[in-house]
Amino acid sequence: MTDLTQLTLRQAHQALESGECSSLELTRATLERIERLEPKLHAFITLTPELALEQAAQADQLRARWRREGGELPPLLGLPLAVKDLLCLAGVRCTCGSRILENFIPPYTATSVERLLTAGMVVIGKTNTDEYAMGSSTENSAYGPTRNPWNLRHVPGGSSGGSAAAVSARLAAAALGTDTGGSVRQPASFCGITGLKPTYGRVSRYGLVAYGSSLDSVGAFGRTAQDVALVFSQMAGYDRRDATSMDLPLPAIQLEDDDSSLAGLRIGVPDEYFIQGIQPEVENAVRRAIVSFEALGAFVSPVSLPHTEYALPVYYLIAPAEASANLARYDGIRFGARLDSDNILDLFTRTRGQMFGAEVKRRIMLGTYALSAGYYDAYYGQAQKVRTLIKRDFEQAFEKVDLIAAPVAPSTAFRFDEHLDDPLAMYLEDVFTLPANLAGVPGLAFPVGFDSNNLPIGMQLMGPHFREDLLFRAAHAYQQTTDWHQRAPSLS
Amino acid sequence: MKYEAVIGLEVHAELATQSKMFCPCPVVDSTQAAPNTAVCPVCAGMPGVLPVVNRQAVEYGLRVALALQCQVAHTSLFARKNYFYPDLPKGYQISQYESPLAEHGRLLIETTAGERSIRIRRVHLEEDTGKLTHLSRDGESFSLVDLNRAGVPLLEIVSEPDMHTVEEARAYASALRAVLRALGVNSGDMEKGVIRFEANVSVRPLGSQVLGTRVEIKNLNSFRALERSVAYQIAQQSAVLERGEAVQQETLGWDDAAGVTFSQRSKEEAHDYRYFPEPDLPPLVVEQSWIDQIAAGLPELPYARRQRFIRQYGLTPAEASLLVDDQDVAGYFEEVAAALDQGSHRQAANWITGELFAWMNQTGASIRQVRVPPAGLADLLARLKRGEINLTTAKAVFSEMLESDQSAAQIIAARGLTQISAAEAVSALVQQALEANPVELQNYLNGKETLENWFFGQVMRAAAGQANPQVVRAELRRSLQAAKDAHRG
Ligand SMILES: [Zn+2]
Repeated sequence: MTDLTQLTLRQAHQALESGECSSLELTRATLERIERLEPKLHAFITLTPELALEQAAQADQLRARWRREGGELPPLLGLPLAVKDLLCLAGVRCTCGSRILENFIPPYTATSVERLLTAGMVVIGKTNTDEYAMGSSTENSAYGPTRNPWNLRHVPGGSSGGSAAAVSARLAAAALGTDTGGSVRQPASFCGITGLKPTYGRVSRYGLVAYGSSLDSVGAFGRTAQDVALVFSQMAGYDRRDATSMDLPLPAIQLEDDDSSLAGLRIGVPDEYFIQGIQPEVENAVRRAIVSFEALGAFVSPVSLPHTEYALPVYYLIAPAEASANLARYDGIRFGARLDSDNILDLFTRTRGQMFGAEVKRRIMLGTYALSAGYYDAYYGQAQKVRTLIKRDFEQAFEKVDLIAAPVAPSTAFRFDEHLDDPLAMYLEDVFTLPANLAGVPGLAFPVGFDSNNLPIGMQLMGPHFREDLLFRAAHAYQQTTDWHQRAPSLS
Repeated sequence: MKYEAVIGLEVHAELATQSKMFCPCPVVDSTQAAPNTAVCPVCAGMPGVLPVVNRQAVEYGLRVALALQCQVAHTSLFARKNYFYPDLPKGYQISQYESPLAEHGRLLIETTAGERSIRIRRVHLEEDTGKLTHLSRDGESFSLVDLNRAGVPLLEIVSEPDMHTVEEARAYASALRAVLRALGVNSGDMEKGVIRFEANVSVRPLGSQVLGTRVEIKNLNSFRALERSVAYQIAQQSAVLERGEAVQQETLGWDDAAGVTFSQRSKEEAHDYRYFPEPDLPPLVVEQSWIDQIAAGLPELPYARRQRFIRQYGLTPAEASLLVDDQDVAGYFEEVAAALDQGSHRQAANWITGELFAWMNQTGASIRQVRVPPAGLADLLARLKRGEINLTTAKAVFSEMLESDQSAAQIIAARGLTQISAAEAVSALVQQALEANPVELQNYLNGKETLENWFFGQVMRAAAGQANPQVVRAELRRSLQAAKDAHRG
């Protein structure tokens, strides 16, 4: 019998449909592989084997009845899914990688997760993340870091490093992540898989624990663009519980196996993303991939995003400012950890001072400062103005091209502790991913090569608002003619 | 030196919507409901949940804004006001800051010095906080948090500093309350805390155009607290200036029992709320068509109604003011008046503000709980006017009507209260009184004319209060005159 864990989401779907395997078999195989590899990788904070097996059994019953009686089946019935531990699932603890929520069990489910449950998916566990998604390596998780399946001495990226490592290591065919400044695309790139950050407003944020509310998005990981599109199509769409979600139709995403022509597609390459200090192997791989796109029929031209260099300072004012308010609710009063005191101010400061990690406190302080009277105009106010310029860069670029191609990160996965004492160096990891969040446009990362240390290299395509379909089409065409996405880390 | 006070008011009014400002929880009476029974993840500020604006709250806010003749913003913004407190679940309050719902309105008020127009600076939407209860048990003290009120829609109405006396501040506050009630957006139940005041008070030498240093008095929950605290601060600040000292800018609380303000925060300790636009909510867009629709549906407002009452029913301004304060009372009056002729309208007004209000005060009932229908009161007043019963009887009958479901006719018949006004019957009673008291009659005839009133009392007593006093008085005078004539002759 084939190793069911090696199947892509689409292949597993076909195996379930054809009766080659059952959801219970698929889920058990997945859980067994997790049990074997999890001690090495630490991709999960909480595993939900009982829930997964129960959902898988239900899926098999539903499918059996469908075989007898016909009708309609949920589109992703019986397929395992890993969920970043920043997205709520009712009845399962949601730690957000923080001590302060170690025992927090939400009574509600994120809309994105709920829609995938409705689509029939089976939740196998909650994956590791930097505390409140603040980080680029999962080293800021209070539950210990996740390791990169390609090299256990290297980070998987972050903050959705647990989900990326899980998909890369075949612990799950699909996983959910969140992307506020690159937290899906960068770990996808570091782990050699495909990851989508959708348009802001495309996927409901309800149930996604907020970090930077105007930047946060729920994304998905898979090994192929096809797999990611399957998950995205089921979770996208308007949600009345999220006032920033948009009520727009979702274009049908048809990705046929023989569909690799990109004739007529205009791809722009921004100089601003090929800066000094970028790892030469990364630049070379991305440039080679762009040549491949040309070979597929795309028309490639230079494009300018002149305010790119300001994305980093702008992001590190806006995201922490929003975070400073979003994280004010962790006060020890209603839920989460509390370090008690007779004095309310003391209760607040002890609880927050001792239960939040260093990076979270650093960003809360940054954000509090940026919003303070006398500093607001110079910092937060100015950052919002420059954000508008960055948005305009994209709008103008998308008048000339359909997609923008760029590296995801300046380097491949770095070693543990390499940046831990240098927050600024860590922040620079996000320099190519932040602009899409600031502009609200979608971005898709996928593997385009390996460096000399056999670490994956990713590139990203960015598209106009609500044109995820274009991203999928281009990445799918590329993956029809390359095999980077089929390579697997050797783990035993 | 003479001083002038400069007073501005911020009024926080809860909006009596079905659900809370940003979540589906019902708005409950937080003085009655069991704690934390109207709470959901959104208003409890749990991780990952999001606010969604309640359209009804916006509509209620627009009603008030339009009634106050404000300019409504077609696009307004929500903002986060950040501070830590156990009754503030998210650690920030969603409010409006830079771009409020509406600005630049006015409210006409009536004072003993005449009519005045108070400018409204802004009207904005926000959410209420929860409530804390502090208690001690077995030597340990606890603070309990009730989130029923957290997230209830609040409308903040900020005046310009256009008031100069306690009377004006009070008149503004009660006129605004009347508007809120008339619009059906707030019950006006001050004791339930659905309206709260904050007063900004400064004092300057009379004639000066420069504003003095102001203090802010927070959390005033009654008209009385508003009046007393403002009066207290005016006196305090005048005395400070009189001594040649400077008033300190600060935030004050009001100790109602001691009748003094106390310092909560100095200028240096003032909160930095770090307002910034609420990223979870897109700009609030109000279409002109919606504004037009709401404006067209506005009821007659208390001030306009008052003017009409003066004109249409011949009431004095004071009488009219008492009636229009409560839209239901005004409506009740209009129904009573409709059943009476022009000459009885003021009498009807006085019965409502006199007898009926006294009973309502005594029992704590609202006009809606009054069992006497307007037609019933009109019928009683008509009987009084026809002379069928006298004033004393009418009041007694009304008292009984208020406590029962009986009509005036039923009570009068059952008690045999019909007034004796037939001249023959009264004449007989008068004759009996004169004959039964020969000594007093003689004294009267000898010049002690004050005995007329004594005889009047005798007759009325004999009639058990049911005789028409005018008829008795006339018949008595006639008989005494006849006796005088006989005595002289
Ligand atoms: Zn609620």
